[in-house]
Amino acid sequence: MTKKILLAAMATPLLMAALPVAAEGNYRAKAVEIFKKDFQSRGQASIDRLAEDGLQAVCNQSGNNPPEYIAKRMEADQLAGIKYPADGKLMGDWKEGEKLAQSGRGFTWTDDPGLPVGGNCYNCHQISPKETSYGTIGPSLYQFGKLRGNTPEMQQYAFNKIFNSKMYNACSEMPRFGHVGALKPEQIKHLVALLLDPESPVNK
Amino acid sequence: MKKHVVGAICALLAALLFMGTASAQAPAKKPKATAKAASAPVVVAEEKDAATLEFEKFRAEMEDSNPAELFEMKGEEQWKEKRGPKNVSLAESCDLGKGVGQVEGAYVIHPRYYADADAVMDLERRVVWCMVEKQGFSFAEIAKKPFADSNFTPDITNLVTYIATHSKNMKLAVPLDDPKVRDAFETGKAMAAYRAGPYDFSCNTCHSGDGKRIRMQQLPNISVPQGAIKGVQGWPGYRMTGGVMLTHQWRMNDCFRQQRFPPPKYASDAVADLLTYMIGTANGLEYKGPGIKR
Repeated sequence: MTKKILLAAMATPLLMAALPVAAEGNYRAKAVEIFKKDFQSRGQASIDRLAEDGLQAVCNQSGNNPPEYIAKRMEADQLAGIKYPADGKLMGDWKEGEKLAQSGRGFTWTDDPGLPVGGNCYNCHQISPKETSYGTIGPSLYQFGKLRGNTPEMQQYAFNKIFNSKMYNACSEMPRFGHVGALKPEQIKHLVALLLDPESPVNK
Repeated sequence: MKKHVVGAICALLAALLFMGTASAQAPAKKPKATAKAASAPVVVAEEKDAATLEFEKFRAEMEDSNPAELFEMKGEEQWKEKRGPKNVSLAESCDLGKGVGQVEGAYVIHPRYYADADAVMDLERRVVWCMVEKQGFSFAEIAKKPFADSNFTPDITNLVTYIATHSKNMKLAVPLDDPKVRDAFETGKAMAAYRAGPYDFSCNTCHSGDGKRIRMQQLPNISVPQGAIKGVQGWPGYRMTGGVMLTHQWRMNDCFRQQRFPPPKYASDAVADLLTYMIGTANGLEYKGPGIKR
């Protein structure tokens, strides 16, 4: 983990130098200054959250559209940090996955940091047809496995995407649930089952 | 009036309950049809949107008896009364851009630049400034508990509600040709694009596209006038969840909570800049006064 952060930190200045200077550059600097000056820690949400990591900085400076060779490099960096469940199985219990998908708890200044963090999935995605209260920021995942099958490759793709969406799309809107420690590999495999298990309501 | 409010709230709850039941049943009707691609979810989404429409209808019916009126009346008293360590009224000391004591049309010309404070200020920030500078109240005390909860409504909320009522049905007119205000607008715009925190969220993650939702909550696209006005309309607002009167500053604060960011300091440049961006984007559109929120 530490090594990875170091690597990202070392790579960042090089990446930055390669980015075109945006016309709104001055206002970005001003915005960064205001985030430093005008925010205060509260609960678990401390002000160090306002500092960009290397990937966030590149995405922010390029309008979420870095040149392809930089994007590829960042995606490879993100892939390097992935962790799989100890038993090597990527498909768990879809019922556990559904519970995780429902919960939007975690990481806000009003959340108890001692409680488990939810997957937040329904906030942005349609998933099981039984849940009609779903968001539309992300694509619909209804019939995800039915349309794609559940081959080992597909299991790995789904696992990776949830663990760290940025390894397929450097500036994806989706959080990096495994990368930031919100979800453990043992939890992510339940979400993989929700998407891919033929018995999951998603694929019925 | 109270009776009217209670009756209307009951009617709304009944309507929402009905909509909820209808939606919950919808997927059960279609289990065998799921193999034929995803037509079912589209139908479901439309039914839930009907719940939103029902709420809009309710809101329109409530317009003549918005509980916000109670806060407005209190705010009017507090505006005119001599208060604070300096025993001065805001009516005789506070300039909201229309001349000392004038509230007519003041809400819709904010945020604006004030030379006396050398800052761009949204309306709430300006009133706080007046309370501190003219009446002698302590900023630290006001900032300790700036937003309402079910047991407490700060004076500032009453005052903002009173002032906002006097801009009802007026067009938003943020003075964007003032270089200081333009600067705040551009800074706010850059802030809205800034991704950070554990989930890589910026304001724009949720608020830069049309027709997006979190769960069933519609998300205004603040990058365009028709979306930005939705983020402005109804604030300050009486929120039925908890029965509290809340300001636009509160709304911005709670957005940052959900973004997993730490909170902005109360009445700071940060919030003024963001509000300049959002309200400025909605410039020219009509503000309908204090509203009702779910």
